Amino acid sequence: MSYLPYAVAAWICLVGIAGVATSKNLIHLAVCLTVTQSSSYVLLLSVGYVMHGVAPIFLGTKLGTPAVDPVVQALALTDIVVSVAVIGLILALALDAHRLSGTVDPDSLADISG
Amino acid sequence: MSWIPPLLVAIPLLAAAATAGLDHLTPEPVQDVLVVAASATTTALSFVLLWHAESREVVHWFGGWQPHHGIALGIDFAVGPLAAGMCAVIGIVVTLALLYSLTFLREAARLFDALMLVALGAMCGFAMSGDLFNLFVWLELMGVAAYALTGFQVERLGPVQGAINFAITNSLGGYLFAVGIALLYARTGALNLAQIGASLSHGTTGGLVIVAMTLLLCGFLVKGAIVPFHLWAADAYAVAPAPVCAVLGGVMTDIGLIGVARLYWTVFALPFGRDVGDVLLWLGLVTAVLAGTMAFLQRHLKRMLAYSVVCHIGIMLAGIGLLDSVGLAGAELMFLAHALLTAGLFFVAGIVHSDHGLIDELHLRGRGRGCWMPAFAWFAGSIGLIGTPYVGIYLGHGLIDEGATELGRPWVLALLWLGSALTGAALLRAGARIFLGWGDAEDSLLGKAVEEDPLERDVRRPLLVGTALVAVVLGIAISVVPGLGQRAQYAAERFRDTSGYAAQVLHGRAMPPPSSLPVSILHTSLESVLYATAASILAVALALVGLYRSRMPRVVSTAAERTLAPPVRLLHSLHSGVVGDYVTWVAVGTAVTGAAWALLLR
Repeated sequence: MSYLPYAVAAWICLVGIAGVATSKNLIHLAVCLTVTQSSSYVLLLSVGYVMHGVAPIFLGTKLGTPAVDPVVQALALTDIVVSVAVIGLILALALDAHRLSGTVDPDSLADISG
Repeated sequence: MSWIPPLLVAIPLLAAAATAGLDHLTPEPVQDVLVVAASATTTALSFVLLWHAESREVVHWFGGWQPHHGIALGIDFAVGPLAAGMCAVIGIVVTLALLYSLTFLREAARLFDALMLVALGAMCGFAMSGDLFNLFVWLELMGVAAYALTGFQVERLGPVQGAINFAITNSLGGYLFAVGIALLYARTGALNLAQIGASLSHGTTGGLVIVAMTLLLCGFLVKGAIVPFHLWAADAYAVAPAPVCAVLGGVMTDIGLIGVARLYWTVFALPFGRDVGDVLLWLGLVTAVLAGTMAFLQRHLKRMLAYSVVCHIGIMLAGIGLLDSVGLAGAELMFLAHALLTAGLFFVAGIVHSDHGLIDELHLRGRGRGCWMPAFAWFAGSIGLIGTPYVGIYLGHGLIDEGATELGRPWVLALLWLGSALTGAALLRAGARIFLGWGDAEDSLLGKAVEEDPLERDVRRPLLVGTALVAVVLGIAISVVPGLGQRAQYAAERFRDTSGYAAQVLHGRAMPPPSSLPVSILHTSLESVLYATAASILAVALALVGLYRSRMPRVVSTAAERTLAPPVRLLHSLHSGVVGDYVTWVAVGTAVTGAAWALLLR
């Protein structure tokens, strides 16, 4: 198995965090957060993938046939569901912020500090 | 197989669904009764569970998928006395907060109650879970409920901004945690905590496991608001409604620490041993002192309380970082007292806010004269949070002292008590200014004035004052409950027993039952009594300095102002309220913590 998928996952994670840290727009920021999150999907897929493995449906396959790991897809799916709830909430709050202050720039939003 | 653990999650979640779904069909009193009853039942069941868990770990395998030949197939709840006690305190605090919000947040009503119940169920699930991925799901579930509760008053900008900062920082922590899970699963092929621990104990560690541990533990430290991951906390607590603050500050922040302790003792204790703890200890010490200082520099009551929460969580993390039973038992007892006292103080802040429409300490000067009950609750809570001998958090703090002394780190005591004293000074100063009208009307070191937004509320005041008093009195009494200290130590020993936990979960082998524990008040070392007394005196002295700085000789006050002003300005400006900065700190903090572990554990 090559190291490429792991390097890609690490890259996506770091790029996403850099995006969140420097973002000037809450919608853009939410997308960057999703990018960070998707690094864990790539990582899970590369963990569970088996070269020349079949889909993990064992009806009618010979015993001992290599199959990909079925657990990681369940994890990735749950991961997606969880992040949809969070992103939905952040986008809703971004809408409210725009309604109340006319801007979605987190820097000019800083109403409370210290 | 016991059915109580899943009920602690099912009852609040089902009640939440019923409340939200039957919104317009049932009359309001019925809804109120349903909500409070669900929360109270969960609390009562937690106590039953605590009683069952005294003798052995209560394990529930979902769908009856028991482990085969020591291989976990299903997903489990594994509950010892520590987790059960946690659930009980969570239940008490949420029930009090729901009672408080019966009149406090009428406009919010139904969905508010539903979200509180979701948070309750998620926190109980988190405390009991024996599965790594389920820890993540419960973490995110309580997170989503908490973000929505923080931003509940969407008609104002403050809550929206606080909720956005809270949601983004904490979800980033959650995503780091998810990556950590994937790495650990890649190495061990398991998600059950006991199973992962068993497979790592064969000595297959290395760089990958250190990275995984860093991501997992830092994910929890973001939730636990440990410096430098704490920046979101003050923004969120400043704007959330008082009962939400009580739940967030009292129990939800602390729960990140349970995650740290649970992961360390089930998974990382065998491969890595003691060196993990030193990093946690240092993070705790820095948090205690820095957050104590920040608390003293606040004029917004709820921000002050937020930093007080962060300070005490730092002390608890230091207790966990000692990695022995006494330290963990101390953290546990501190959690009990701290949860109740913090809830009580947030309740009082809510009462003051609804009475006067003000939350700024200086604006409120003298407004609270004659409100004897809230004043009593505030001062009693403050003294309990300093840890004056045998009051409030004292017993827990004393046990942490004992652990640190035993391990040959007596200098830890001074720093931890300094944090307590600073926080206590801030709270006493605010109390004296508001309820007694003492002190100057202006103070340049406290930052800019709070923009007040008066909330007109028609509240049933006796109910609010009553819940505040109950919370504070329970919290004060924690240090003198006979037998509690011994039971906390026993619970800590059980929690730390990695192989015992694995044997119970994977092989169903019960641990030996405990010998009967004495029912007497636990006595602490003379050192703790002296430190606690000194901290109390220091807190009162600092509070008086804070109140009457202008009356000091001119030379002293100008010199002090000149030296203090730049670092104070720096501290204020670091807490910028800009979410990008917070995320940068999370990234830097994770990298530094990971580097420290990599160097220590190589």
